[in-house]
Amino acid sequence: MLAMSLLLAAPAFAQSSLPPARYAYTQLEDPRQEAKARALMETLRCLVCQGQSIADSDAEMAGDMRAFVRERVREGKNPEQIRQWLIERYGAWISYRPPVEPLTWPLWAAPLLLLAGGAWLARGRFKRRRA
Amino acid sequence: MRRTILWLPLGLFLLFVIMVVVGLRHGEDNNVPSQMIGKKMPPFALQPIVPGHQGLSLADLRTGQPRLVNVFASWCLPCRVEAPQLMELKRRGVPIEGIAVRDRTEDLQPFLAQGGDPFDRIGSDPQSRVQFDLGSSGVPESYVIDGKGVIRLQHIGDIRPEDVGALYRAWEAAK
Repeated sequence: MLAMSLLLAAPAFAQSSLPPARYAYTQLEDPRQEAKARALMETLRCLVCQGQSIADSDAEMAGDMRAFVRERVREGKNPEQIRQWLIERYGAWISYRPPVEPLTWPLWAAPLLLLAGGAWLARGRFKRRRA
Repeated sequence: MRRTILWLPLGLFLLFVIMVVVGLRHGEDNNVPSQMIGKKMPPFALQPIVPGHQGLSLADLRTGQPRLVNVFASWCLPCRVEAPQLMELKRRGVPIEGIAVRDRTEDLQPFLAQGGDPFDRIGSDPQSRVQFDLGSSGVPESYVIDGKGVIRLQHIGDIRPEDVGALYRAWEAAK
């Protein structure tokens, strides 16, 4: 019982005692820049809570990454440059927008192939009806 | 032709079942390896955080001698678990530098007093910036960095007793 309550008490993520970074929960002053940063943050994957974007996550590391993205955008960096900088370090994994490369071509080709297959099946149907 | 097409849904379903079984058996690997291995450590400069240890910058890693850089934090439980292994590496002659992530002096001092202090320098990374530079996705992580500042190896998670040998060899190989 005691062991169980101890287990329940253990936090899912260890938390530090430092307050969040300045731009972790604060929007940029310029709404256009904030919109750019926001759009980028929604397509960057959180490193510690891997199913969420950094825009959705309350993990401290996600907060630090939001602050990092907002500061870069404020400096005038292009969002795609920031994405590229992160991909150089973490791989395409960090981005929710998959690049077109040999590894991902089935992903991009599948919808077209399925549509073509569907059209082919439907064509068969129409032919039969006419006959 | 018509007959064979009737089997298609079953075939697709079986394919799906096979993929699920394979996926379940392999389990998941949540580690995100850094893409920086083999590349130069980008420039950085971290402030000191505890008395008796200077801060850490790129210049300190380009002294011609390979070293282990340990990314850790006093609030991180596995970091406590790996402390004896770091002490063992230190005893074998590996110079160890620390990067303390989102940490405070008053938390770090008791942490070092309890678990031991294998570090030469300790730089404070209050906003995880050097972690992003390294492609590091959490604490603890350890990096073997050669004398020119090139990242040779990344160890994700705590250093277990069985990992000490491999890390030591990687450090030797970086000489």
